[in-house]
Order: sequence, then C-alpha cells, then structure tokens
Amino acid sequence: MGAYLVRRLIWIPITVILVSVIVFLMVRFIPGNIVDIIVNQLSLSYGGTVVPRSQIEHTLGLDVPIYVQYARWIGNIVLHGNLGVSMRGSQNISQTILHRLPITLELSILALIIGVVIGIPIGVYSAARQDSIGDYIGRSIAIILISIPSFWIGIMIMIYPSVWWHWSPPVDLIAFTKDPLRNLGTFIIPSIILGTTLAGSIMRMTRAMMLEVLRQDYTRTAWAKGLSERVIIIRHVLKNALIPVVTIIGMQFPYIIGGSVIIERIFVLPGVGSLILEALKQRDYPMIEGVNLVLSIIVVFVNLSVDLAYGWLDPRIHYQ
Amino acid sequence: MTTKAETVVPSQQVGKKRLGFWIDLFQRLIREKPLGTFGLFVVVLLFFTGIFANFIAPYPVNAVHIADRLSAPSVRYILGSDQLGRDTLSQIIYGARISMIIGVFGTLLSKLISTVIGVTSGFFGGKFDMILQRFVDAFMAMPQLLVLMTIISIIGNGTFQIVVVLGITTGISSSRVIRSAVIAIKSNMYVQAADAIGCGSIRTMTRHILPNIMAAIIIDATIIMGAIIMLEASLSFLGYGLPPDVPSWGAMLSTGTETYMQASPWLALWPGLALATVVYGINMFGDALRDLIDPRLRGGVGRYTLKDKIFKKLKESFGNH
Repeated sequence: MGAYLVRRLIWIPITVILVSVIVFLMVRFIPGNIVDIIVNQLSLSYGGTVVPRSQIEHTLGLDVPIYVQYARWIGNIVLHGNLGVSMRGSQNISQTILHRLPITLELSILALIIGVVIGIPIGVYSAARQDSIGDYIGRSIAIILISIPSFWIGIMIMIYPSVWWHWSPPVDLIAFTKDPLRNLGTFIIPSIILGTTLAGSIMRMTRAMMLEVLRQDYTRTAWAKGLSERVIIIRHVLKNALIPVVTIIGMQFPYIIGGSVIIERIFVLPGVGSLILEALKQRDYPMIEGVNLVLSIIVVFVNLSVDLAYGWLDPRIHYQ
Repeated sequence: MTTKAETVVPSQQVGKKRLGFWIDLFQRLIREKPLGTFGLFVVVLLFFTGIFANFIAPYPVNAVHIADRLSAPSVRYILGSDQLGRDTLSQIIYGARISMIIGVFGTLLSKLISTVIGVTSGFFGGKFDMILQRFVDAFMAMPQLLVLMTIISIIGNGTFQIVVVLGITTGISSSRVIRSAVIAIKSNMYVQAADAIGCGSIRTMTRHILPNIMAAIIIDATIIMGAIIMLEASLSFLGYGLPPDVPSWGAMLSTGTETYMQASPWLALWPGLALATVVYGINMFGDALRDLIDPRLRGGVGRYTLKDKIFKKLKESFGNH
C-alpha cells in the first residue's frame, strides 16, 4: 500500500503536467488561427476599425517562442496561483473561477448523491432477482435514464409546466449559508436531471458487479451455511461488489462536469459551465485555458482519492 | 497439390463457421432478447430513414412556409411546424440522416483510433504502454464536452469537423477497453505459439490478436455510436455542433428557439423523443449483443444455464429454511 501510494503520488504531477500541456497546446496548435478570429471579432465590434495583429499577439503573449509562453503561463500558476488576466474586462481568471466553482460543485455533488441513492438499490435488487420481472424493469429503466438527453428533459421542464400550470422552476440563486432551503430549492431540479443519467450507469455497474460476486465460491458457501438472503446480499455480496462501483463513480466525474455545462445553461446557474460558455462566445482563450485546467486538475484529484479509497476499502488489493 | 487443397478447406470452413455464428447470433437475439430485437429494429429504422430521407420526408429540407409559422400538428404538418414554418416531421427525418452519418463515420474513426492505441499499448506493454497510457490518463481527466466545445470553437463547425473531433476524442478515451481485452488474451497459448513460430509483431497483432478481440470491439462500437450521437446533439444544442442550416435534433432544441417553444410546446417534444428513442435502441441492441457474445457477462438466460439452474435450485432449497 505504501509503495503504491508513493508511485501514485509520483504519477500525479506527471498527469497534471501532461494535462496542462494538452490544454495549452489545444488552443495554439489546432488549425484555425485564434488571432485571426479575435481580429475579425474586434474589428466588427469596433465598427470596422482594424486592430493590428501585433497588438493582440502582444496582449496574449503570443509574440514570444512557444516554450517561453508555456513557461510564463505555468510559472505564474505555480508561483502565484495566477491563471492570468481575462481578455475581456480584464478580470482575474483565478478569482472568477473560484467565485463560480462552488455552484458547479454543489450541482455535481447533489447529482452524485441522487445518482447513488437511486442507482445502487435498484442495481442490488436487479442482481439479487436476476431475470425476474423486477430485474427487467430495473434494467430497462437504467437504459432509459442513460438514453434520455439531459438537455431535453431540462427544456421540457422549463416549457411544459409553464404552459400548463404557469409554473416554472426557480432560477434565483440564494447563497446556501443565507437560506439553505431556498438554495436547495433552486438546485434540486437541475441536480435530479443530472443525477438520474448518472443513476442509470451506477445501476448497471452495481448489477454487473453484484452478479459477478454472486457467482463466487464464498457466496455459495454463505448460502450453504444457511445464512439469510439479507445477510448474504448485504454483508458478503454488496460489500465486495461496491468497490469497483466506487471507481466507476469516480470515473464519471468528467461527464458530470460536462453535464453541468448543459444544465447550468438551461437553468441559468452562474457556475463554471456558464463561465466557459461565456468565454467561448467571447473567444476569451486565456479564460478557456484556465477553466479547462482547473476542472481537469479537480478530476485528477477526485480519481486519486477514489483510487486510494479503493485500496483502503479492499485490503486484499496490493497494488503492483 | 494435397497441401494446397488442405489449406483451402479449413479456411472455407472458418468462413462458413463465422457466417453461421452471425446467423446463430441473430436467431438467438430474436428468441431471447425482445428488447435487443427492438433495439435492432430502431437501428435499422434509423438507417432506413437516414438513407431514404429524400423519399420519406413530405417536404424538402429547410423548406420555409412563412404563412404556416408555428402551426399545431395537423394533416398538412403532422408534427407541426417551427418559427419559420418548416415542417417538423421533415426536419426530424433529415435529422436522422445527420445522426446516422455522424454516428457511423464517427464510430468507424473512433474504433480505428481506439484499436490502434489499445492493441499496440496492450501488446507491446512496458515503457511504451506506460508512456502512452499517461497521455490517455491526462486526456481522460479533461471534461470531454468542454474539450470538444473548445476545439470546435477554433476549427469551426461542420459535419466533417464534428466527425473528426468526436471520432478522435471518443477513440482515445475508449482505447482502455481494447487495451484490457488485449492484455487479457495476450498470455494465451496461441499468442505465444505465434511468437514461437516467428510471427512478427504486426502479423501477431493483426492475425492473432485482432480477430480474438473483435467481439469486444463490436460491442464497444455500439456503445460509442450511442455516445457520439448524443454528444453531437449536446454540442449542437449548445451551439458548438453543426452549422445552423443542417437539420440536427440537438440544434432543433437549442436555446434560440426557447421563446417559440412557449408558444408551441410540441417543438420541444419531437426532436428529443427521436433522439432518446434512437440512443435507447442502440444501447438496448448493444446490451443484448454483449449478453449474447460475451460469455463472462452472460446472465442466466440462454442455453448455457444448466449450472446456474442447479445453483438456483440449491439457493431456493436453502432459502426455504
């Protein structure tokens, strides 16, 4: 375990560095020149006045060799925790992201809780009663949940209740510390939409893992000992089946973030998802780099903690 | 002479056996997996609609009837019409073509990339695998939708760009599945035998490993196809998908039309229903295919259930105490 931990911790900076390189190069090396795009857009918004390329290149720091650009960017982040200044309105990128992040995180965590609360019990039931009618219903529901686009449900909830009953979901945002109930009231519908998609994959994963453990010799032994089904399912099967499920839930995190971009757009929540949509619309590439980097690093650390939890939950595992 | 004849016969048998395998699979699908059969039906329907869109759709693509703006479902416009008076049914039928094109070509590219990465990484192992997998790790840590939007905002939106971008990104992230399939079969005797008789790496990979992971590739392809169709719709919904003149289910739901949806709510209903049905069908079909092909995940249904039946009886007799 100790050696594994050390090795895993050595990989972390390497993964983070690779992520930063990909984020950095993505904006610079993909065909289609950002400077041209910005020149065009600025010229349009300034009513035809052509902004010189060199000026924009200088503002973006694009007038020096690429490795100097990367060194400057990463140096600022490591030394000062500073992601640079946004192109529009010259906001501080780090502060803007920090300000918006709690909304996205609250949405993601609530969605995760809903996904687990719905997904695991149905998965357990489905596996315990394999090929019963309940199992078929459970599995079908899971695939339906995965197949329904979250943005469609979001739009339907925005449109139909308002047409039929003149009611629409609350979109006003109140700080959790001020009024927890009203805060949750705003978040609950978006998180349910995001969480149900997740519930589908958690349910399928739980079922598959449960079935695997149900076929193990020790489960047969437990039956042979005459233990009750409850005890077998909960103590012998579920405990062993849940470990890989935890990993899968951790791996879903990037998708939850992606989903929250869509949900924040529909429910007008000012989180990081809306931030990146605004930044993309304004071609604010320093901001886009910042958001991509911060979210990717969060994902890396979520996966690390999941991996560590894995080792802690299952003492049989000695990482090689 | 005799050696020649001998080499021909077994290969013919293999060919027959493979074809027989697919027919057998199809029969078992229909017999054992009603939902999987439904899934196959939806996939076939999507392809049929996509290919023959010109003949099925009552109106040409993007045909504007200003006089009939936002009309409710009627005989003329079966599913109603949008804010420009475009027939919703026709737009959905042409949308099926777009979803089909992006789904098929995106999946082909995605599988090509994931197979190349997965097979080489799993086969060579060692340092090569380690370094390559760190890149895959880094890539998988990045929120997919954000990466896709960023790339498309730079290279511009178009059907070709979307196929390439979706193919590459899903290809990289699904290469893990192929890699673990390769690692699982690598220690098998026939791979060692191929090595022992002096097969080169490329020959071993293409002739011995690839055919044996084909099932994993096909099963994964169905999952990827559903994911790609869904991603395209999500991107088009957010405005980073296809250009506005291309009828895409995602774009039909995009936020620009929200105000019109208040006036005619069915605008919000149909495209999403079409999308959900297609993705559901593909997922159901893929699920059934996996159950039928992959013996490890095969549940208690089907013909290889004797052991499970005995086990179940045992379970029941003990449970009754």
